[in-house]
Amino acid sequence: MYLCAEIFAVMPNVHSVRNGLDLPILGAPEAIVDGHLSASVYAVRPSDFRGLAPKLAVKEGDRVLAGDILFTDKVNPQIAIASPVSGEVARIERGEKRKILAVVLLADSQTSYRSMPAGTPANREDAIQWLLSAGAWSLIESRPYGRITHPEAQPKAVFVNGMATEPLAVAPSVALAGREEDFAKGLQVVGLLSPRTVLSISANETAPALTKASGVEIHQFKGPHPAGTTSVHINRISPLNKGEVVWTLNYQDVVVIGHLARTGNLKLERVVSLCGTGIAKPRALTAVAGAHLETFLSAEMKPGAYRVVSGSVLTGASVGTTGYLGYYASQITVLPEGQGTDFFGWVIPSFGKWSISRTLFSWLTPSKKYDLNTKQHGEDRAFVVTGLYEKVFPFDILPMPLLKSMWSMDLEKMEQLGAYEVVPEDFALCEVICPSKQELQKLAEEALDLLYTEMN
Amino acid sequence: MKFVQNLFDATRPAVTTGKLKGLYPLHNALETMFFVPNHNAHSGAHVRDAIDMKRTMVTVIFALVPALIFGLFNAGYQHHLAIGQIESGWANFWTLENAMYGALKVVPMIAVTYIAGLAIEIYFAYRNKHAVNEGFLVSGLLIPLIMPVDIPLWMVAISTAFAVLIGKEVFGGTGMNILNPALTARAFAFFAYPTYMSGDKVWAGLSNVDGVSSATALGQYATTGSTDYSAWDAFLGIIPGSIGETSTVAILIGAVYLISTGVGSWKIMFSAVLGALAMGLVFNGVADLMISPEQQSYLAVPFYYHLVFGGFAFGAVFMATDPVSAAHTERGKWIYGFLVGVFSIMIRVFNPAYPEGVMLAILLMNVMAPLIDHYVVNANIQKRLKRAQTVQA
Repeated sequence: MYLCAEIFAVMPNVHSVRNGLDLPILGAPEAIVDGHLSASVYAVRPSDFRGLAPKLAVKEGDRVLAGDILFTDKVNPQIAIASPVSGEVARIERGEKRKILAVVLLADSQTSYRSMPAGTPANREDAIQWLLSAGAWSLIESRPYGRITHPEAQPKAVFVNGMATEPLAVAPSVALAGREEDFAKGLQVVGLLSPRTVLSISANETAPALTKASGVEIHQFKGPHPAGTTSVHINRISPLNKGEVVWTLNYQDVVVIGHLARTGNLKLERVVSLCGTGIAKPRALTAVAGAHLETFLSAEMKPGAYRVVSGSVLTGASVGTTGYLGYYASQITVLPEGQGTDFFGWVIPSFGKWSISRTLFSWLTPSKKYDLNTKQHGEDRAFVVTGLYEKVFPFDILPMPLLKSMWSMDLEKMEQLGAYEVVPEDFALCEVICPSKQELQKLAEEALDLLYTEMN
Repeated sequence: MKFVQNLFDATRPAVTTGKLKGLYPLHNALETMFFVPNHNAHSGAHVRDAIDMKRTMVTVIFALVPALIFGLFNAGYQHHLAIGQIESGWANFWTLENAMYGALKVVPMIAVTYIAGLAIEIYFAYRNKHAVNEGFLVSGLLIPLIMPVDIPLWMVAISTAFAVLIGKEVFGGTGMNILNPALTARAFAFFAYPTYMSGDKVWAGLSNVDGVSSATALGQYATTGSTDYSAWDAFLGIIPGSIGETSTVAILIGAVYLISTGVGSWKIMFSAVLGALAMGLVFNGVADLMISPEQQSYLAVPFYYHLVFGGFAFGAVFMATDPVSAAHTERGKWIYGFLVGVFSIMIRVFNPAYPEGVMLAILLMNVMAPLIDHYVVNANIQKRLKRAQTVQA
């Protein structure tokens, strides 16, 4: 009888992900949206947009409204990045060779929006034009390569990710509470963009906004991270072949688009997980993209040496206590910075350390969570161990051969081995468990950049 | 602890900028042995697993300890037994005399291997400006364990040097080698100094003792088609042989540890055993077709005996599983392991010049592993191409 139940559970739209890892990390946020991250300074950093070469549309001292364009892409000027707030362009931060690092904005206390006509566009062309002119185009990413999509591309499908399996993320049901109307409206707009719209949700999802979403093809996923990543969803539902394109969005971006359709205002506000053991009261809150974290974190952080990450511990960027929230970030993770050396740390059996391998004792307590810090626990070494990455890499892709082709920048091999189906973030878990401490995300990023340059 | 750290801190200027610059890799190797450095994740994921290369390697060393300890006692036991000092039996096995004899023979071998190997490793670390890799920690213990107890130390040193230089460093060091370094050392010794690596004297320290001998089970099989030793003795390990290879029990303990920690590939071990059993069964089936009575009798040996005699168990558990020289793909590991088993028994039984086939079988499969991987990877590529074509059609 149980067997029958099992068989029935495996419906075509339920996908089980077996290989993966839910990082046993402490500092999970409380499942309530409590408060707003208020800041008076905001910054938009071009480095948040993969492959984008910024061309400024504003200069220091200009006044902007929320939704006004700050910079565009040099190659595809249609791709434009909008200001998340209204206020004054305080300064343009530049680095070496006058590279633009950030456009810093002094925000008004009350955000004024550049008003767009509200209402749902009529067809695909209208929807694209409407999103472009509203500055919302940056919310749509395309695969392969994981970059802001080109408006002329013909995607075979749009994948909306309604899951959050990254460590310490806020559950979508929490983040969507009270925003159901915007989400539904957003799905309507997104549904115009391609012949097929897929919404991926957790198999345990309870929020009706997701489980009962209309106009989309719903797929359920269960299993450990990366079960909730768009790459896995695409790989399981409609794997990308050479020459094919899909567009992807996160459920929170759909809310932004829905809000835009409903009110005409581009409100780049997300529910953000304020998490990690460095935070006194981990919880969810609302935050606008690009917010300066310094003042806010000084009140929220525990004293001590911590690393502030905009994003999750797997894929986020270390921004420092004086940094800014990323344009797309839905997490602020604050975790302890590793301190000091470990006396014979490689051989002494210590119970406080976590490892996916059974060479330490953490496997005896599978449900125990750890105050994981940023220690690398070892030195950089050559690839030696094999068969390990596969344990956390649930794609029909051979991770080691693909990484080696990336290493040798062998474009043909990369293509053959599935480089179009991955983004650098997909190697985050491999990177975490690698005993040789290889920097795999960086490697994949560089290799995919090269592939993009050569193919376009 | 603080004192050691101070010592490293005090000597660091001398090896980084001072006169002793060449010693920096040694300094770094020693310091990182005492203290896992305070490196923090600087790109990509912000947390990392607590396992590193050192812990991976030391796990293999722990797994070797049972075989090493048994080997010490057995070396003494076989010697004392051959010269008629003791009666056979377990009562005379776990004795201090045996352990002392074994230790006096084996500990210098281990020391010589590590000194010769690490000296070369440190030189190459200095020359190529990288840190000393941990791979040799395991190779350095494996090499003595697969040598006969009587081999002169200088041969151990030269074999080790050959293995590290030609087997590993010419390919780019740890992680890049094609052949298993420890087996490369043994193969070198085997072909360069055959009289010290085979026969019926070298297994029990009898080189300088006239009139007595101590042949290995496989040596006896190769010449007469039968052996004096029981399979049970071979399973427990009180038979002559290379230092670490005789006790299947001790090796099994190591195997359980390697598999439970996930450091050794159970797929390779299991498929190697399957391959050996399959080959043994085939030989059992065709034994009657052989011409000579010795061959007939050898082929008719119960197929599972092959698992406990000779170096098969040691090779399958500790040598074939070397992740660098084995197949890298999971499917490839099944094929690789199976063929290691098949060829081990085939060479063992059919080639009287090589009473032990495991060494050559694993080296052969080391060379073949990239080919196996090529086909496994290619299957994945073809699958992806086929998918693309289906969409287009």
